[in-house]
Amino acid sequence: MKVIKIDKNSWTKGIDKSREAYKLFGPVKDKTIVIFKELEQGMFPEMEYTDSVLSAKSVIFPQTEKILGGSLDESIEDHHILKRPDTNYSPRAVLGIRPYDAKAIQLVKLNFDTEDYRDPYWCDAYEATTFIGLAINEPSAFDFSTLTDTGPFGEEGLDILLVDCKEEYLAKVLTDKGETFLKASGFEESANTKPSLKTIKALQSKAEKAITSKIDSSKIKDKTILELYEAPFWDDLAFSCINCGTCTYVCPTCWCFDIQDETRGKTCSRFRNWDTCMDPLFTMHGSGHNPRGEKTQRVRQRFMHKLKYFLDKYDKGIMCVGCGRCVKHCPVNIDIREVCNTMNSYEKQE
Amino acid sequence: MDSYTKKIRELASNLLKDNKVDMVIGFNQGTIPMATSPQVARTPEQALEFVWNSNCSINLANYLSNQKGKIGIVAKGCDSRNIVTHIIENKISREQLHIIGVPCTGMLDKVKISSSIDGEILSYSEEGDTITLKTKSSEQNIVKNDFLASNCETCTHRNPVIYDDLVADLVTEQKIDDPFKDVRKIEEMDSDAKWNHFENLLENCIRCYACRNACPLCYCPTCFVDESDPQWVGKGQNNIDVRTFHFLRAYHCAGRCTDCGACEQACPMDIKVRDFTRKLNKDALEIYGWEAGLTLEQRPPLDTFNPEDPDEFIK
Repeated sequence: MKVIKIDKNSWTKGIDKSREAYKLFGPVKDKTIVIFKELEQGMFPEMEYTDSVLSAKSVIFPQTEKILGGSLDESIEDHHILKRPDTNYSPRAVLGIRPYDAKAIQLVKLNFDTEDYRDPYWCDAYEATTFIGLAINEPSAFDFSTLTDTGPFGEEGLDILLVDCKEEYLAKVLTDKGETFLKASGFEESANTKPSLKTIKALQSKAEKAITSKIDSSKIKDKTILELYEAPFWDDLAFSCINCGTCTYVCPTCWCFDIQDETRGKTCSRFRNWDTCMDPLFTMHGSGHNPRGEKTQRVRQRFMHKLKYFLDKYDKGIMCVGCGRCVKHCPVNIDIREVCNTMNSYEKQE
Repeated sequence: MDSYTKKIRELASNLLKDNKVDMVIGFNQGTIPMATSPQVARTPEQALEFVWNSNCSINLANYLSNQKGKIGIVAKGCDSRNIVTHIIENKISREQLHIIGVPCTGMLDKVKISSSIDGEILSYSEEGDTITLKTKSSEQNIVKNDFLASNCETCTHRNPVIYDDLVADLVTEQKIDDPFKDVRKIEEMDSDAKWNHFENLLENCIRCYACRNACPLCYCPTCFVDESDPQWVGKGQNNIDVRTFHFLRAYHCAGRCTDCGACEQACPMDIKVRDFTRKLNKDALEIYGWEAGLTLEQRPPLDTFNPEDPDEFIK
């Protein structure tokens, strides 16, 4: 394991240097909130933030992405033929992504990059991207990532893990991609590995201990789908839900999308947009029938997908990385930790 | 606020015990500091979970649309005005309702509070006008009135306008000299500045529709943005489509909006969407002398027609 020392005074200089080889993305304070954005010249990632409203999933999976385009002008030879647009997949780097968000991208990958199907847009963007994580020294009260197989210092899905050590960052080099980025930024001063790892370990165990949320999903896999599906608690649980898309859009693991065709003059485009299972339109059939026409059905679907179907299908834990965004931003305080515990402890009454 | 909570629990559980209602809609304590959750009680025991504090900003009238049976509902000033609007618009009948009126002293602006406090808020309590917030390293007291949600700062209808019970004595209504100062500021901008103001305002919108869905006025079975045949508006992040949604949503609320602020409280991106609706509220007041939801006796100005109308254009 190689550890690089980055003096904070040379941070912005290195970031600027990396721009020669990478398109950069990172957390940015925008008015009152923190969101992930492309870092234009002169913009630097906000490295002191606790949590961002939106995760970095949009770097790989933009909320609106043109996937095909063409012309309706019949004087052009290949009119009405839709072709993939010339998207720029030159190297990009996400700076300051939190470990739970990097893990989330790995969960999303299970869906977009399978043995049978490879989503070219998602996969090309993913392969072009270097993930430079920022460990969470002080987890927020919403963070329950230690209970979802990641944690504030989790390394899964990262190429580099930066650890803030006051005057400097210690950078754990986790992959070749990570090493290439550090070289391109001119961050090459090796740290003394053993004591550095010890420092990181100490910060890690302090951070992990600071997480006090209790969620238990251990018994969910032994319950049948129908047992949970037919459980009596869904109506009460869904009562407060206003069916907005906040929980799904702020969620780093939600990957559903909708396809839309648009024309403007003689050009036509096919877009994909984030979609949300909270919206009745999500499942509306052309016939007018809606298999999830009621609010309760939609709320149940969201939690069953994250906490049961995903678990059963992939055997890689639940589809939640414990970032706590949905808990924090739900306008009516529907709390996935409570729902998970309710599902976990539910015993069918005979 | 403890006395409010006590009274709400008592009234709600008695209504259920005496079978006067099938359910009561109120607020339960949330799972995180400064949060409450709208909840329904169907048994007297469940009603004992209700709470009241300065974080009950979601508008409960939103939960009445198309409900069957006899319903008890906890209502502060703005909720009660939206109940009136619901009754006028035939979404629910007065006879179906038992309104537990709450004289309100304003709700808090969470963003304003968290951005003025160092560190994450780990616990919240309130006693009269004093709010006590605990962070990891400190305990701070703040004065409630300094951190009111902006719609509560200019509210002149804190008392419920219709009710069957009251949880406390009516409160003194605020006297506001210029309630539309913020709107005037935008009106005074030249067109370019105005355009930039609204472009900047909507820049971070993710179209989650929390503003729409938190709004008691937005009960259309299919919202215009969800129509697919014809499709009125694109669904992506193109700013023309984002704008279209916000402009039309606001216009659908013209003469109906009670400025309850639920839209802004619900927005995860902290967008001040009331900049749109407040202009229309100001117009409704200046042109028609109308404030929404104050009376069951009169229809809102934009859904009524009078042959005696003094304006020529309408004849």
